[in-house]
Amino acid sequence: MDRMMGLINLDQEYHVFNELTYFRNNASIPFAGRYRLIDFALSNMTNSGMEEVAVFVRHKYRSLLDHLGSGESWDLDRRHGGLFILPPDWNDPSDRSRGDLSFFHNNRDYFNRGKANHVLVSGSQFIANTDYKEAFSQHLETDADVTVIYTPVDEIRPEHQAYFRIEEGEDARVIGITNDEQNPNVFTGVYIIKKDLLMEIVNYCIAYHKENLFADGIKDQLHELDVRAYKYDGYHAFINTIESFYRENMKLLTEENFINLFAKPFIRTKASSNPPVKYQAQALVNHSIIANGCIVNGQVENSILFRGVEVSDHSTIKNSIIMQRCKIEEDVYLENVILDKDVHVKKGQRIIGTSDKPYVVAKRQIV
Amino acid sequence: MKECVGMLLAGGEGKRLGLLTNENAKPAVPFGGKYRIIDFTLSNCANSSIQTLGVLTQYSPINLNQHIGNGKAWDMDRRNGGVTMLSPATGKHGGDWYSGTADAIYQNIHFIDQYDPKYVLIISGDHIYQMNYQSVLAQHKATNADATISVIEVPWEDASRFGILNTTETLEIYEFEEKPANPQSNLASMGIYIFTWETLREFLIEDATDPDSSHDFGKDIIPAMLGQDKRLFAYLFTEYWKDVGTIQSYWEATMDLLDEDSGSPLSVAREDRSKQIYTNEANFPPQYIGGTGRVTNSFINTGCFIYGDVSNSVLFRNVLVKQHASIHQSILHPGVTIGENVVLERVIVMENTEVPDGVQVYATKHAEPLVLNQENIREHFSEMEGMN
Repeated sequence: MDRMMGLINLDQEYHVFNELTYFRNNASIPFAGRYRLIDFALSNMTNSGMEEVAVFVRHKYRSLLDHLGSGESWDLDRRHGGLFILPPDWNDPSDRSRGDLSFFHNNRDYFNRGKANHVLVSGSQFIANTDYKEAFSQHLETDADVTVIYTPVDEIRPEHQAYFRIEEGEDARVIGITNDEQNPNVFTGVYIIKKDLLMEIVNYCIAYHKENLFADGIKDQLHELDVRAYKYDGYHAFINTIESFYRENMKLLTEENFINLFAKPFIRTKASSNPPVKYQAQALVNHSIIANGCIVNGQVENSILFRGVEVSDHSTIKNSIIMQRCKIEEDVYLENVILDKDVHVKKGQRIIGTSDKPYVVAKRQIV
Repeated sequence: MKECVGMLLAGGEGKRLGLLTNENAKPAVPFGGKYRIIDFTLSNCANSSIQTLGVLTQYSPINLNQHIGNGKAWDMDRRNGGVTMLSPATGKHGGDWYSGTADAIYQNIHFIDQYDPKYVLIISGDHIYQMNYQSVLAQHKATNADATISVIEVPWEDASRFGILNTTETLEIYEFEEKPANPQSNLASMGIYIFTWETLREFLIEDATDPDSSHDFGKDIIPAMLGQDKRLFAYLFTEYWKDVGTIQSYWEATMDLLDEDSGSPLSVAREDRSKQIYTNEANFPPQYIGGTGRVTNSFINTGCFIYGDVSNSVLFRNVLVKQHASIHQSILHPGVTIGENVVLERVIVMENTEVPDGVQVYATKHAEPLVLNQENIREHFSEMEGMN
């Protein structure tokens, strides 16, 4: 039976998150009130029926490990298969692999052992709520070596720069994978590949001292392979900069976008034991997304409060993103601000950013 | 060997909760925006390091079984011990329903014996309170008691509605009176017992052979122990405790949650991490408050969409409140939809009920709050707009 396993490759993901990645990997950046960026890739995989998912991660992964745990929140705590976090190195003196190839090379056993005969590879920055069953059907019907998933974007923005563009010919054949900035068909970083072929490409890349499996082994070998395109045109976001992070969070405050991203199938995340949100007598909340455990006694407008945030009376929060367990004392005014986790804003403070450049406060600061 | 095994009585029907327990055991009734009543007792066990627990079910147990699962939410997914659901079962010599609280424990003597405990904690799953059972156990050991019964002081005028314990100054119990007409004490039993297992085991076996016994702890076992001069002590509990046995008290306990000064569990849990309440967590998106939403003095859970006015209310997950609706002093269970221009006051709306546009339902200030479900909603219309 044809089946897919998932691979979330966080190695070599391009991003500019500054303060937000001081203490964490980009995949564990909090998003939309209670999620982390990786939840979308992971939930889409399990919602597609995958029972084996591997994660390649090299740096700053403590918070990611804490978040993923045994994979239980995604039903990936399995006796067979389930969630694997794979290390890049191994006790192999002959290892000449570079870049993300070292993850593949040093975990050959893992790939060989799995039951799946196709691998769906994804990063963490393409945010959508979808399943990949349809793309997989097309991949099987066309008997493609590789099926790349792209999405047409309405407006080409800076966050799209990091992604290749797809040129599609007849029968969904990919005739070009380029850096053409004018092409709106942006590669989502998600592709499906035959597992045996993947391992052959790994061998080729290592033999020729290559450093990036997709760029060197698939893009540069495009004419040797049968590569097809699959178009995803649902709601999505690419998040790899502070600006795109802020804008995509704010976009969710429009009800239609919120529903598009969070309707069934559900995106899952690590559960917490926070009580429901407590709104107190002075609460005035509009156009906002509020996560459990918050206690609100001030004004919150057009903002996102993550779990366990406290907003005291006579304080106002506008157009802002307030992450877990931040404490906002009385008479505070925040506008166009991102507060990372555990920030404590003292009584009477005013912090104002602009909508293009939100003011970011790093984790655990007292201001 | 385990020092103390917990036995949680969760088989009660809770008849006085009316519609709320139609298809649901009382301990499984939703409470507090995201919990079920039994979560408070289960969390007490988790917070008191009671990691071996039998849950005795009988009436409508499906929701309870699903909710508790392998006990993971309370750290009771253990290889050694953990939580075990104990429903009545047949065996080599036939079988029977649990005919009383003591009989339920009697029928599971073999379950308790396999852990060879020194003490057994007997609790029930239908009260809202936070107690560290280790404190009770510590007193039980210090007094070298055979049984320790948790008590709470109730107003004297209410004492004749409770099982009352008459004690000496050192809290040694010399008499138990079920609903006395002329109470001599206002110490009411909370239905929380610690027994020395060896002693209780003997009394259970003896009680089981008595055809006239109702096999109840309060009515039979405790009086029998007192009759044989066993050492019984009261453990005086002075914190928040609420029996949610009626619609009125269920609603009051919910309103207590909204009152920061009531000492009710959610505000205590916020201040003290060792008193957190745990539940089987659902995984839904955060709540969305629309441009026309207005929420004050309320608890609201994940997955809700609020476009109307909500005050002094508790909303469970996935509730939709449409524009110009006004919800006051009400409790909306999971998946409820409130139409436009709906007005609710002192109303409990049951799971997945759709309240059509324009419906107005009030319970007057001194009347018992109304319980609405999809079947009875039409009877309660006081005004309709936009309905056929």
